[in-house]
Amino acid sequence: MEFKDYYKVMGVARDATEAQIKQAYRKLARKYHPDVSKEKDAEAHFKEVGEAYEVLKSPEKRAAYDQLGRGHRPGEDFRPPPNWDAGFEFSDAGPGDSSHSDFFDALFGARARAGAGGRGTFRAGHGEDHHAKVMLDLEASLHGGTRTFTLQMPEFDEQGRLALQQRTLNVQVPKGILAGQQIRLVGQGARAGEGGTPGDLYIEVEFQPHSLYRIDGRDLSLELPVAPWEAALGATVKTPTPGGMVELKIPPASHGGSKLRLKARGIPAAPPGDFYVVLQIALPPADDDKAKAAYAAMAAALPFNPRATLGA
Amino acid sequence: MSPSDDQILQGAIFDETAVLTLGDLSRMCAVDERHIVEFVHEGVLHAVLIESEWRFSGAAVRRARRALRLERDLELNLSGVALALDLMEEIEQLRRELGARR
Repeated sequence: MEFKDYYKVMGVARDATEAQIKQAYRKLARKYHPDVSKEKDAEAHFKEVGEAYEVLKSPEKRAAYDQLGRGHRPGEDFRPPPNWDAGFEFSDAGPGDSSHSDFFDALFGARARAGAGGRGTFRAGHGEDHHAKVMLDLEASLHGGTRTFTLQMPEFDEQGRLALQQRTLNVQVPKGILAGQQIRLVGQGARAGEGGTPGDLYIEVEFQPHSLYRIDGRDLSLELPVAPWEAALGATVKTPTPGGMVELKIPPASHGGSKLRLKARGIPAAPPGDFYVVLQIALPPADDDKAKAAYAAMAAALPFNPRATLGA
Repeated sequence: MSPSDDQILQGAIFDETAVLTLGDLSRMCAVDERHIVEFVHEGVLHAVLIESEWRFSGAAVRRARRALRLERDLELNLSGVALALDLMEEIEQLRRELGARR
């Protein structure tokens, strides 16, 4: 086990005051909080900072840690001596639902947990609910279907130590689910005590980017390339939609950016979202004499100044 | 508790179907009911009155849990939590629109 330098984690001096430690924690917590942060590995950083703060903010734990720390360098192999903590009194109930490093557990883990008494004060015999977040492909919501999720769950083993367990779940994804919504799996949370009911598992959904469609809540949109004459004269063109290929009527005098709405052809939620087709004018390449002649004929026939509104 | 590999679990969308009481929400978030009441008074959570009792949507669970994390981890007070949540939702909305525009 590696010795952890909690002062270094917090970026404070070894003689930092309580106020300085608190200030450092608040700054780091805001930076790395998983709900707020866009930093890479925010969650791991946040856990490390939280663990360091838990030790350094408590005078008893800090004193015990300081005494232990003498003669140890960070990263060095470390094993706490037996009864190293004799003579210290721990008033803090310790961890809530956060998991700690082995280092922390070796120092404070078993004791803190024994004193904490769990959070089982809410309904005897009812296991805790679990929450997780997954990335889902849009198709699963459009058509429904079964997806396999691999989740990491912290669980206590027989010795009361916290370990990450991997579990694989095959889930029938409800059709029409939207980003930010949760799938509830009854009885897939934490086990309960004898005779109790297990908790539920809630899976929050986020969509992976889609190759064709942009997702905006329950609405979907597609950028559809059209030829200049299709936009100008109107046309019926083939376009992909979530429900399959359809013939789409483009009205005459459309332009680039024109938005056509196909009602209720977005995500099949309740109520269903809409499907938008945004026109994008694609120019035919002028790479042979025939094409060049066609462009020249158009230039001669049309008194067109695209920069008229710029006063140019 | 791990199901066998071929077992398929039926999922239901929680947010649409759920109508939760104060007691449900308090249990699901593992906090005291008084704490939830404070959240409602501060505007962190939205409740509707049905037969003179509060009811919450499933989405409230997500919001309440997030609020509790912010409170605990960042040592924010209630109005700070309410402000942070509103701003975070606005950012999410903007990011979504930005993603839709790219």
